[in-house]
Amino acid sequence: MAELAPAQEPVVQTTLFHAPRSLARIISNRNVLLITAVCALAILVAIIVAGIVATPAAQETDFARRDLAPSLAHPFGCDWLGRDMFLRTLAGLSLSIRIGLLAAVVSALIALVLGTIAALGSKVADGIVTWLIDLMMGVPHLVLLILISYALGKGFWGVTVGIALTHWASLTRVVRAEVLQCRQSPYIAVAGKLGASRLRIAAKHIVPFVFPQFLVGFILLFPHAILHEAAITFLGFGLPPELPALGNILSESMTYRSTGMWWLAVFPGLSLIATVLLFDLAGGALRKIVDARTNQE
Amino acid sequence: MALEMRNVRFGYGNVPLFSDLNLTIEPDERVALIAPSGTGKTTLCRLLAGYERPQAGTVTVGGQHLRKKGACPVQLIGQHPEQTLDPLMRMEDSLREAGEPDGALLDALGIQGRWHSRYPHELSGGELQRFCIARALLVSPHYVIADEITTMLDAVTQAALWEFLLDDQRRKGWGMAFVSHSEALTKRIATRAIDVEALICS
Repeated sequence: MAELAPAQEPVVQTTLFHAPRSLARIISNRNVLLITAVCALAILVAIIVAGIVATPAAQETDFARRDLAPSLAHPFGCDWLGRDMFLRTLAGLSLSIRIGLLAAVVSALIALVLGTIAALGSKVADGIVTWLIDLMMGVPHLVLLILISYALGKGFWGVTVGIALTHWASLTRVVRAEVLQCRQSPYIAVAGKLGASRLRIAAKHIVPFVFPQFLVGFILLFPHAILHEAAITFLGFGLPPELPALGNILSESMTYRSTGMWWLAVFPGLSLIATVLLFDLAGGALRKIVDARTNQE
Repeated sequence: MALEMRNVRFGYGNVPLFSDLNLTIEPDERVALIAPSGTGKTTLCRLLAGYERPQAGTVTVGGQHLRKKGACPVQLIGQHPEQTLDPLMRMEDSLREAGEPDGALLDALGIQGRWHSRYPHELSGGELQRFCIARALLVSPHYVIADEITTMLDAVTQAALWEFLLDDQRRKGWGMAFVSHSEALTKRIATRAIDVEALICS
């Protein structure tokens, strides 16, 4: 019979130094998201402010620096009137974000009101709102936008009202569906049987349920609004040509591109894309934080 | 304060399920509702607790119709606790919807303090069901309708929850109707059994 091995003393190891925790664990995921969202929003606010400050300088012409290619002094180059393209781009982005902000807020409010009426109101109200949504989604955005802007005499208000009145449909559909889904949940019926009032159910159950989707939809309206503002101005139905708007900058650059002045289109275009992506980043990060299904991962 | 159904008619679509249904449950009773699956036990429970309105006839407690406002005197506890709790609400807030939590009640149900700050998806079915029972009893109902409330739980938890419910019922004197497919449980608990199959229209 084989001898049993003598029972060994368990080896007790004491760790003097823990391995350094990885950076990702120290700065939790949630904080990374929060920092991302805050940074993205801070950059956007900085662009708005810097653009407002830079607007007078952006309109200054100086024929001594006419057609200058990008350099350290003028990172985005200068145009045929000797205007600094960096300042013009900044001013244009600022204007676009301000218009986008105003239009998106109005659009989101329309969506919230109509979506709630459709979900909580009578069948007739729901029918009317649903019909309006289908109508709006059936007509091409840009055509309607051009019509509204033109009817209002173009300019700042033409563009803003046009964007606000054409962008609410998809968010309204989201709000309506979310409110309906939440209202039919068993836990809403139970809350009512436990004595919760309609107002309390709306405030405690329905609003927290709808809010994350609404917030994300709202933030994702910005890039849409900004791109449409640029598009309609590019086509000449938006902001007046003397304003340093991105649509104007890009449409003017078309004339000079064949002469080799590539910087007139490339840098403003890239800046527009970068701004839109910043909004996307902020929206995505905020959604993950607000949404309870993912906020603890 | 009897729970009474008088001449109740109800059905889904054009197909009648109950017509001229009469049923009385007294405050000290524990009535078992027995029938094979799909007969209409859950519908009967929902009618008793006011979740469905009868197409004709009345459901009353002590002669009073079930109120639309305020806490209902008949509380239904269901089979799926995870569906009857708001997934975005912490347990303490869900509980507070029924009123100020009663420490003794929570202890008797075995609800632990650290569960309160959690969300429903962070608790098991048995733990959630305890909260649902606590919530229903916090509004001091005259009747509790238990629709297969322990079907998905293990035997130990089942025994503990029924032990608690029987004790609470004896002390506070509320009436009960319950659905269970377990014959042993029915024998042990029920003071009377009703065959739901005999109540529905054929």
